[in-house]
Amino acid sequence: MMKYAYFPGCSAETTGKSFTISTSYVADKIGVELVEIPDWNCCGTSAAALTSPELAVALPARSLAISERELPGLDVVAPCAGCYRSLKASLAYARESQENRDQIKRIINAPYEAKADVLTLLEVFESDDVREAITAKVQRKLRCLKVACYYGCAMVRPADVCECDNVEDPQQMDELMRLIGAEPVSWAFKTECCGAAQQMTVPVQAKPMIERIFQNAAANGADCIVTSCPLCMLNLDMREAEINAARVARGEEPFDIPCYYFTELIGLAMGAEPDEVGIGIHFHPAKTLLLQRELDALELEYAENEARAAEERKKAEMAAKIAAKKAEKAAKAAAAKSTDVAAEAEEVAR
Amino acid sequence: MRSLNLSAISDADRRACEAIAGEAGVNLKDCYQCGKCTAGCPLADSMDLMPREVIRYLQLGAIDIVLDAKTPWICAQCVVCSSRCPQNVDICSVMRAVRLASKHAGKRPVPEADIFDDEFIANVRAHGVSNEQYLAAFYNLKSGHLMQDMGNATRMLARGLVGPAIHNTKGRANVAAVIDRALEADAERRAKAAETRGGEA
Repeated sequence: MMKYAYFPGCSAETTGKSFTISTSYVADKIGVELVEIPDWNCCGTSAAALTSPELAVALPARSLAISERELPGLDVVAPCAGCYRSLKASLAYARESQENRDQIKRIINAPYEAKADVLTLLEVFESDDVREAITAKVQRKLRCLKVACYYGCAMVRPADVCECDNVEDPQQMDELMRLIGAEPVSWAFKTECCGAAQQMTVPVQAKPMIERIFQNAAANGADCIVTSCPLCMLNLDMREAEINAARVARGEEPFDIPCYYFTELIGLAMGAEPDEVGIGIHFHPAKTLLLQRELDALELEYAENEARAAEERKKAEMAAKIAAKKAEKAAKAAAAKSTDVAAEAEEVAR
Repeated sequence: MRSLNLSAISDADRRACEAIAGEAGVNLKDCYQCGKCTAGCPLADSMDLMPREVIRYLQLGAIDIVLDAKTPWICAQCVVCSSRCPQNVDICSVMRAVRLASKHAGKRPVPEADIFDDEFIANVRAHGVSNEQYLAAFYNLKSGHLMQDMGNATRMLARGLVGPAIHNTKGRANVAAVIDRALEADAERRAKAAETRGGEA
């Protein structure tokens, strides 16, 4: 049993509900225990960083200090990418020097040694144990589903804070999707920004950021976008309708690209019904595509079985032909031998 | 880039630009103006100064142009610029430092961005966590964009994603105290920095 301290983040029970539901579904199945940090507080996200550097460090440090005291020895998992980046940046600052830690302790007025690491859910799922556990629990592979894995910015940048060695083309989610039979497409917008809070503050300027993400996913043949952050999800899934309305008004084709959390798709592969993992409360209709691809997968499987059977039949036929030829040859040889024997016997008799 | 009368730039201007770079942990001389930051910026289209130009004006000491620019307020802090810079200049941190300097100078070239962050922190200070529905409501009231995302609010309600209930952390008084002490430490640091720069704010 793997055990982690769990930092849900403010969206866990609201706009990120499906992420929470699907995460706990998958975690239960594979034996990952997530223990909620008692009395955690908002990470402050970019709003804190854009208010004060001290605040940006202090808000996450309060929760991390509580975790260190109440859940000693456990690393902290923050599924939301925004929370992850804030927590991880605060941790990096604390680990820089004793002086920094002393300053933090003064501000949060609590002991804190920055012992535990902060992880994304993707990092937890990266371990061999978890991958094996997922593979063992897969009941149906999501074949025929072409996914554009969308990581957004906060899990990969700043690269030194996030300790990410592949900022432009991360692979963890792609690998997980392959594990459950889905087909990740190669595309250019894996780590482009969704606009984050700017979708509220400067919506006119920020809306094209979302549109370009959909555009590139579509251009590369993706059926859907798979996300790992509740804010990316909200910006894409909720605003697809606005973007489509604007596209239709301009005389352009609307998109029909549902978005999923990677945990939802893993849950489906483990046999969950879409509603069990939160897919029923998406904004853009997200169930039809899954049914369609399930049907495609069944048809593909049927065709593969047919082809396999035909191949077997062909092999059997050939084997039978060979056996018949061999038998014919053996019979001929035996016949020739028996004529020889008869002739010999005749000769002996004479 | 506009043409610039360099003879009008004072030592204090230059020191103010250096101070911003210092806050961001950046040596402005590292930038050789290749423009890769701008090429990768997903919001460059909407900016009044390209990210590269912000750095250039800082190099030249043109503090007023920089503090009045909308660019740092439109910036989404996605860090693409910093991650692609061949000289490891942390442009994104510069954007943040410019924005803070601009805010402390009493400017807010994009009021919405400032209102949003202030409301966000006020929300966290009151409840310990962010209550998105109230954040959005207060943001709309204060920014004057009353109808923004109202359709989406209805859709969220229908899906049970938001409701009238306010979430609070048990230790919200403690969170408020942490916020206050952090902002005090911030003010102290700025006061000290202003003193060493020779009195200018």
